[in-house]
This record gives sequence, structure tokens and C-alpha cells, in this order.
Amino acid sequence: MLRVIGKRLALLVPTLIGLSILLFLWVRNLPGGPATALLGERATPEAVERVNELYGFNEPIVAQYFTYMGKLLQGDFGTSINTGRPVLEEFATRFPGTVELTIVALIFAIGIGIPLGYVAARYYGRFVDHSSVVLSLLGITVPVFFLAFILKYLFAIQWPILPPDGRQDPRMDATHVTDFYVLDGMLTGEWDAAWDAFQHLILPGIALGTIPLAIIVRITRASVLEVQNADYVRTARAKGLLEKTIRNRFILRNAMLPVVTTIGLQVGLLISGAVLTETVFAFNGIGRFLRDAIFGLDYPVLQGFIIIIAILYAVINLIVDISYSIIDPRVRVS
Amino acid sequence: MPDGAGTGLWKDAFRRLKKNPQAIAGAVIIGLFLLVAILAPVLAPYGGDELPGRTEITPTNIPGPGELDAYPLGLDRFGGDLLSKLIWGAQASLLIGVVSTALGLVGGMILGLLAGGLGGWVDSVIMRFVDILLSVPNLLLAVSIAAILGQGPYAVMIAIGVSQVPIFARLLRASMLSQRGSDYILAAQTLGLSLSTITMSHLLPNSVGPVIVQATLTLATAVIDAAALSFLGLGGGRPQTAEWGRMLTYAQSELANSPQLAFLPGICIAVTALGFTLLGESLRESLDPKTRKK
Repeated sequence: MLRVIGKRLALLVPTLIGLSILLFLWVRNLPGGPATALLGERATPEAVERVNELYGFNEPIVAQYFTYMGKLLQGDFGTSINTGRPVLEEFATRFPGTVELTIVALIFAIGIGIPLGYVAARYYGRFVDHSSVVLSLLGITVPVFFLAFILKYLFAIQWPILPPDGRQDPRMDATHVTDFYVLDGMLTGEWDAAWDAFQHLILPGIALGTIPLAIIVRITRASVLEVQNADYVRTARAKGLLEKTIRNRFILRNAMLPVVTTIGLQVGLLISGAVLTETVFAFNGIGRFLRDAIFGLDYPVLQGFIIIIAILYAVINLIVDISYSIIDPRVRVS
Repeated sequence: MPDGAGTGLWKDAFRRLKKNPQAIAGAVIIGLFLLVAILAPVLAPYGGDELPGRTEITPTNIPGPGELDAYPLGLDRFGGDLLSKLIWGAQASLLIGVVSTALGLVGGMILGLLAGGLGGWVDSVIMRFVDILLSVPNLLLAVSIAAILGQGPYAVMIAIGVSQVPIFARLLRASMLSQRGSDYILAAQTLGLSLSTITMSHLLPNSVGPVIVQATLTLATAVIDAAALSFLGLGGGRPQTAEWGRMLTYAQSELANSPQLAFLPGICIAVTALGFTLLGESLRESLDPKTRKK
């Protein structure tokens, strides 16, 4: 097991180095050079020269790359041009919001997706099955940001039962310990603050979770359909095991394998979707900051955020692979 | 297969496709949107960037559907005719979707072909490169590339195309590797055919099926992603440009009073994506040996 993890981590290193080289070359090859990108187009040649001197842009490119990598390894991802704060700090303050959002989206997707897919397969060809197929087709084809609009219009404007934007009501005056607002409220005993933060998560969470939901429904349905006719299920029935035992221990457990992999694959989708969802709901997470960085041409932020996201993405996929072997003993042996 | 003897895989698949209602529904949807896109100059009452109703709108009032005879679906906040913009938007969206998928397909197939055909270090280098691209979530990759290239429709096409390269490259390579050990390849090798002949006339035609299926499905994603990039503002052009994603950006502030400004372009994106998805999935089914019955 450890060897597998070690091997995967070893494979990850060249990929991330490659990515860092690409990102590095990108910023160094910006029109007018990195100094102009920092100072803006109307910078005087003297100012450009000063910045080049200051940041070492005059050094040979290979030397610059190693300096950049050295800093990166020490956790120095540079400074945001727009806010003047360290990139890592900007990431750290916004990441909890996106994590909260992603968790709500995943709970929504898994909590509805697996039961629905399972029921659809069990009642194959019936009404539940057909509606689950249509529903998942819709989930895949309706764009996230459009769905966000629909939800916002229905539940924040037409029937204003949920807040239309933000992470928390600014009038809340909540204490923030961890920057996970829901958790903060629970830790400090400010239950109203926790509840308010949670309400802000519902609409964006549903919008973000719909595509994963659609995919999970399909995979669960297909997987259960395949498993429930397997020989070992027939054998279990012949042995006279309880239907409940057969369903829980034989069908569900085996059918979950592809579903777990799929859930892992959704993480990338969730991060991409967060950029859109957070924009529509003015939700202060990494997605929205990333979008602002694109328009503010904040290259250090783009560069840093992409590397951090790639690392997280890889780590999550690794965790998924490990959990896979926990569910399926056969993977462990081989 | 008594009656299928002598028919090719594709001919066979096409025959099955014609009987599949799902495929027909997809084809009809795509056909309609294509028709609208091509006939946009004839169908649309006004030009895509025109603002014929500039004088009709006030900051507090945007005429909605049916309020003015000249604009059946009403106006947008710039004074553009919503119906015309939806029609011109079909052209923009389909064009971006098709061109970007074509770029991704060609790029991915070249890489996949080199990796799967040559193997060895070429394969390793290409696959590592593909891994790098895959290490960044798809849409995020497209957004970053579009940000580098500068905002504009071509940037969006290239960005989405590049972000699709990894899928196609991997698929073609995997498909070619699975064919490599086949008897017909062995036969071709025994005949002394050159590597390029074997790859191009034997390996490729037999491996391309999954790639074609993926391309059809990718068209759906491409249309959605293109709209997403435009929605974020990476599409360039003027604010009133007739593009579905762009229309949603500016519908945001009018959501309470003029929800149709968001809903109609959104529905157009979803239905187009639905068409490509239906078509792609029935194509997959009809090519899949497991589901092929008759």
C-alpha cells in the first residue's frame, strides 16, 4: 500500500515540475515582459528597469526559474499585484469558503445521487428509472451558471427564502476563528451566525452540485444494474440470504466501486464550477478571486493559485485511489 | 450475424442510429440550430450588434416579450432585440463549439497518434505533457489559456480546444494500444508493411471509434464551456455582442424584472448541449459491441 502511494507521489513530482515550468515561462513571456505586467503599460523605462533589477528579471532565465522554484518550495508564492498581500495568504483566507461550498455540493450530489441511482436500477424500466435518466441528462446539459441564475431567481428573488449572495449577512457581526463560517459559528456558540452562513451555502451548493449529481446518478444506476445480475448475487440468493443482506452487502458494496472513482473525478469539475458559481452568487471564495485575478491581470495570483489547485487536485485523486482499495480488498492484494 | 455480413462497422452503426429515437431527437435539435445559425442573416429582424430599441429603454424599464410589436421577445438593457440576438447567438455559439472541438480533436489525435504509433520515449514525453495539462481542472485550464491569449472569440476557441487535447490524445492512444496486439496488425507486420502504413491504414481506422464518439459528446461541453468563458467576460468584443454566454452576463443585474433575458439564452445553451449529448450517446451505444444486438 505504502509503495503504491510512494509511486503515485513520485509520478506527481515531474508533472508538477512541468506545470511550474509552463506557468513560469508563461509569465516571463507576457507582452512587454513581467515588469510591464506588474507596472502597467504606461510605465517609464526607468521604472521597468528598477523592477527588473528588483525582481531579478535581468538574470538568465534558468537562474530565474531556480530562484522561483526555491521560493515556491519555501511556501513563497509571490505577492498579489492587486491587493499587495502574499498569494498564499489570499488563498488561505478564501479557501475555507470554497471548501464549505464544495462540501455542501458534494453532500447534495452524493446524498441524492446514490439513492436515486440505486432506486432507478432497482426499478429498471419503470417511471422512477425513466425520470432519473431524464433528470441526469438535464443535469449534464444545463450550464452551471445558468442553473445558478434559475435558483437565484426562484428562491432569492421570486420567493425570497434564501439569501441571494455573499457568504454571510454582513450585519451578523460573527467571530471568525477558522474562516470556515459555519464551523466558526458552531465553535463560538453563535448558532445564528452558523445558520446564516449555512443558508448562504444552499443555493450555490445546489448549483455547483448538480453536474456531479447527474453523473453520480448515472454511474450508480449503471453499476447497480451490472452488479445485481452477477453470479455471486445469484449464489447469495440461492443460499437463501435475506434480501436486505444481499442488497447491502453484495450489490451496494460492489456497485459502489466505480461510484467512488467517479466522485473523485468530480473534484476538478467542482473547482472549475466554483469559478462560475461564486461569480453568480458573489461568494467570496477562491473561484471568484481567480476570476478577478484574470481581469485584473494579477499574474502572481493566477500562477500561484493554479499550482496550489493542481497539487490539491492530485492529492485528492490520490486519496480517492486509496479509499478505493479500502472498499475493495481485491485492489489491495494486487 | 446473417444479414449484417458484409456491412461495415460504420454503416451498421448508422443503420442502428436511424432507428434510435434518442439519436433522431438529437439530430433534429442540432439540425434546427444549425439551420437557424446558417440562416441568421435572413431570419433575424436586426443585426447581431444593432441596438434598434435604444430609445425604448429607460434605466427602470426594459420592454419585455409582447410589449412592443417590433420586438416580439422584448429588448435587452442595451436596446438590442432579444430575438435577433438569440438567433445570431446560435451562429456564434455553434461556430465556437465546432471550431474548438475540431482544434482539440486534431491536436489530440496528432499527439495520440504519435504516442500510440511510435511508442517508446515519444510516448512517454507526450503522455507526461498530457498529464501536465490534465493536472489543471478542465475549465480552469481553458480560462487560464484564454486569459493569456487575450480576450476574444479566437482566444476562446483555442483555449477550449487546447483544454480538450488531453482527452482525445489519451483515448486514441489507449484505443491504439488495445489494437496493437491484434492478429491483423501481426499479419500486416508479417507482410512487411512499413510502420507508417500500418499505423495510418490499419491501426488508426480501427481505433478511431471511441474518439469520434467523444468528439460528439465534447461538442456539448464545448458549447457550454464557450458560454461559460464568455459569461466570465473572456469572449471580448463589445458588451452587446450577440453571444449566449455574454447575454447571461448582462442579464444578471436585470434578473428581478426581466428574467427572460437570462432564461432564453440559458435555455438555448442547454438545448444545444442536449442535442449533442443525445447524438453522442446514441452513437456510443450503436458502436458499442456490448449493446449491438441486431
